[in-house]
Amino acid sequence: MDKQLVLQETAPPSVGPRVAATQLREDRALRLLLGLAAIAMVVALYAIFVYAPTERVMGHVQRIFYVHVSLAWLSYLAFFVVFACSVGYLWRRDERWDAVARASAEIGVVFTTLFILSGALWGRPVWGTWWTWDARLTTTALLWFLYVAYLMLRAYVPDTARAARYAAVLGIVGFLDVPIIHMSVVWWRTLHPEPTVARLDSGPAAPPEMVITLVLASLAFGLLYLALLIVRVRLERLRDEVRQLEQALSLRGE
Amino acid sequence: MSLYFRQLAALVLKDLRLELRRRETVAGVLVFVLLVLVLFQFALDLERAEAARLTPGLLWITLLFAGLLALGRAFAAEYDQGTLDGLRLAPVDRSTIYLSKVIATVLFLSLVELVALPAFAAALDAPLLTPGVLVTVFLGTLGLAAAGTLFAAAAVQARARDVLLPLLVLPLLAPLLIAAVHATADLMAGAAVPWSAPWWELLVGLCVLFLGAAVLLFDALLEE
Amino acid sequence: MWQPASALHSESPSDSQRRVVEAQGLVKFYGATAALRGCDLTVAAGERVALVGPNGAGKTTLLKLLATLVRPSAGRLWLFGVDAVRYPAVVRRRLGVVAHDTYLYRDLTVAENLALYGRLYGVADLRRRVAESVAWVGLAGQADRRVGALSRGQQQRVALARALLHAPALLLLDEPDAGLDEAGQALLAAVVREAAISVVLATHALERALALADRVVVLAAGRVVHEVATAGLTSEALRAIYRTVTNAAKQGPDEGSRPAGGAALPSPADTPVGQPVSLGSGEK
Repeated sequence: MDKQLVLQETAPPSVGPRVAATQLREDRALRLLLGLAAIAMVVALYAIFVYAPTERVMGHVQRIFYVHVSLAWLSYLAFFVVFACSVGYLWRRDERWDAVARASAEIGVVFTTLFILSGALWGRPVWGTWWTWDARLTTTALLWFLYVAYLMLRAYVPDTARAARYAAVLGIVGFLDVPIIHMSVVWWRTLHPEPTVARLDSGPAAPPEMVITLVLASLAFGLLYLALLIVRVRLERLRDEVRQLEQALSLRGE
Repeated sequence: MSLYFRQLAALVLKDLRLELRRRETVAGVLVFVLLVLVLFQFALDLERAEAARLTPGLLWITLLFAGLLALGRAFAAEYDQGTLDGLRLAPVDRSTIYLSKVIATVLFLSLVELVALPAFAAALDAPLLTPGVLVTVFLGTLGLAAAGTLFAAAAVQARARDVLLPLLVLPLLAPLLIAAVHATADLMAGAAVPWSAPWWELLVGLCVLFLGAAVLLFDALLEE
Repeated sequence: MWQPASALHSESPSDSQRRVVEAQGLVKFYGATAALRGCDLTVAAGERVALVGPNGAGKTTLLKLLATLVRPSAGRLWLFGVDAVRYPAVVRRRLGVVAHDTYLYRDLTVAENLALYGRLYGVADLRRRVAESVAWVGLAGQADRRVGALSRGQQQRVALARALLHAPALLLLDEPDAGLDEAGQALLAAVVREAAISVVLATHALERALALADRVVVLAAGRVVHEVATAGLTSEALRAIYRTVTNAAKQGPDEGSRPAGGAALPSPADTPVGQPVSLGSGEK
C-alpha cells in the first residue's frame, strides 16, 4: 500500500519528448498487433469462404459455424481472463489487474452477443427457428447474463474502488459457477433432448480443411480480442493517470 | 473457536429478535408467495394433468423470487440504520457476519416454506410434503441464501439495489433451478431416495461453492 | 508554549510499542478529492488528544481511519504497535468508538444491544457488566426499553456505554457533545478525565478541548497545522492560536503550513525527463 511515494513523484504533466516517445513505442506495437489481426482476419475469411469445403447437409450456411464456434471459445477465454484478473486484483489491489478484467468483460460481452446472434442467423435457415435451447447456446446465454451482471454491477456502484472489488467477487464466483452451469444444462438437455438433432459440429469425422479453417478463424478472433483488450486497457490507464493527477492537485490544495 | 460460535449465535439471535419485533420479512414474503400461487391459477388456467407437470417449475420460480425479496431485506436495514458500521467496528470475522445472515435467511425462508409448501400441495394437488422434497427445498433454500447473501451485501451499497440483486444472483442460480426442479419432479413421480440422478449432488455442490467462496471473499465486500 | 510540530515527532516508529497511536503521512482520497493530505499523529498511552479544526478539515476522516473503518489511500498507521492497515482485526478489540451514528439497533432493548456487542467483543461476566453499564449511564430502569423509544441524548449515553463495555484501551469520539445530553456530557468528562484510557476526541468546541484534553491538534484542509499542550493554556490563547493557524491554512495550501513530518511536494521542474509516470503501487 505504499502509494505515498507514487503520489509525491507524480507531478503535473510535463508532456515532453519522454512521454511522446513511450507512447509512440506502444503505438507501434499496438499497430503491429492490429495489422496482424487484420491479416489473420483476411486469411480466415478466405479460408471460411473459399478454402473450406461446402458442407453436405446444410450447404453454405454452415460456414457461419467457424465464426460461431470461434466466438464461443473466445467468450469463455475472455471470462477466464476476467476471473484471473479478479483474483489478481483482490490479491494485489493493483488497479491494472482490474483494468484488464473490465476490458475483458466488455469485449467478452460483445463476443458473446455476436455468438448468440450468429447462432440465430445459422439456426433460422437450418432449423427454421431463431433460437434453440441446445446445451452450448443455453450455457453461453447464461454466460451473457453473467457478463451483463458484471458490467451492471460496475455501473451501479458509484465508488470506483468499491466497484472494482465487488466486480472482482462476481467475476470469481461467476467463473467458478460456469462449469456447474454447463453440467446442469447438459444433464437437462439429455433429459429433454431437442426434437431435431441439432448438431452444431459438422459430424464425427471432420475433414482436415474444416479443422484448419476453424483454427484460423479462432486465431484471427483471438488476435482481435488481444488488440481490443490492449486498446481498452490503455484507455483505462489514461483515465487512471488523469485521476492520479487530479489527486495530486487535490493533495497540494488545488 | 468458541468465541466464533458465540459471536455467530449472538448475530443470528439478533436477526431473529429483530424479525420478531418488526415482522417484516417472513410475513411479507409469505403473502407474496400465496399471491403468486393464486396469480398462476389465473394466468395459466391449469388443468389437473398440466398442473402436475408444471408444479415443480412453478414452485421453484416462486421460491426463487420470494428468496430474492427476503435477501433484499437482509442488509438493507443494517445499512440504512448505520448498524453495519457497528458490526464492522467489532472484532468480528467478516465471514461470521456473512454466515449469520445466511443462517437467518434460511430460517426465515423455511418459515415461509412451512406454509407455502402445504399451500402449493393443496392448490396444485401435488405430493410435495414428502421427506425427499423437503430435503430438496432445504438444499435449494440454502444455496439461494448463500449466493444471495453474498451479493446482497454488494447490492445494498449500490444504486437501484432492488433491481441489481436479481440480476447478479439469478444467472448464478440457474443450475440450482434446474437441479431443484428436476429433483422435485422426480420425487413427485415417486422416485425412491437415493436415486441415481445427479440433482442432489449438484445442489450440494452449489452450496459448497457459494458458501466457500463467500467465506473467503466476504471481506472484500465489507471493507471500505 | 507554541511548540513547533516537528518537535513532537522526533521519535522513530520503533517506539511505537509504547504509543497507542502512531500515524504517519495519512492520505485519504474520496474519488479525486483528498480529505486527508498527509497527517501525522501520535498518541501516548493514557494521553488525551483533542482534534479541532473547521468543517471539512478531515477530523471525521482521521477518526474513521483510526477506527479502522476505512483504509488510508497512503501512509502508515500503527495502533498499539500493530500495523493497523495490514491487520485491522487485531486492534479492533481495544477500540471504542462514539460517533454521530449510535450503532444501536432501534428495535432492540438497551440491554439486548449491550449484550450483543458484549458477545461480539468477548466480554466476560456479561450480564453483570451490562447491568453495571446501564446503571452507570443513568438508565437503570430503562434497560428493557427499545432504543428507538429513548431520546437522542439517552441513545448517545447508551452508545457511550456500548463503546466502553469491553474496556477499550483507546476511545475515539467524533463530536460527542453533538448528541449527548447534560448527564451524558458529565459522564463523558468523568471517563476522559479519570479512566486509564487513551482518548482521541474530535470537537468544534475549543472549551471542551481545553477542559478534556492534554494536547490539542489543529487540523485544517486535511493536514495537521498545529499542536499545542493544554497545560497552562487559557481559553483566549487557544482561540487566538486556532484563528491564526486556520487563517494561514486558508490563505494558501503551502503558505505557512507544511505537512507535519513530510517533505514539500515537488514542482513540475523537478520531474526529470525519462522518468516514467508510475501507475499503481509497486510499479518500478
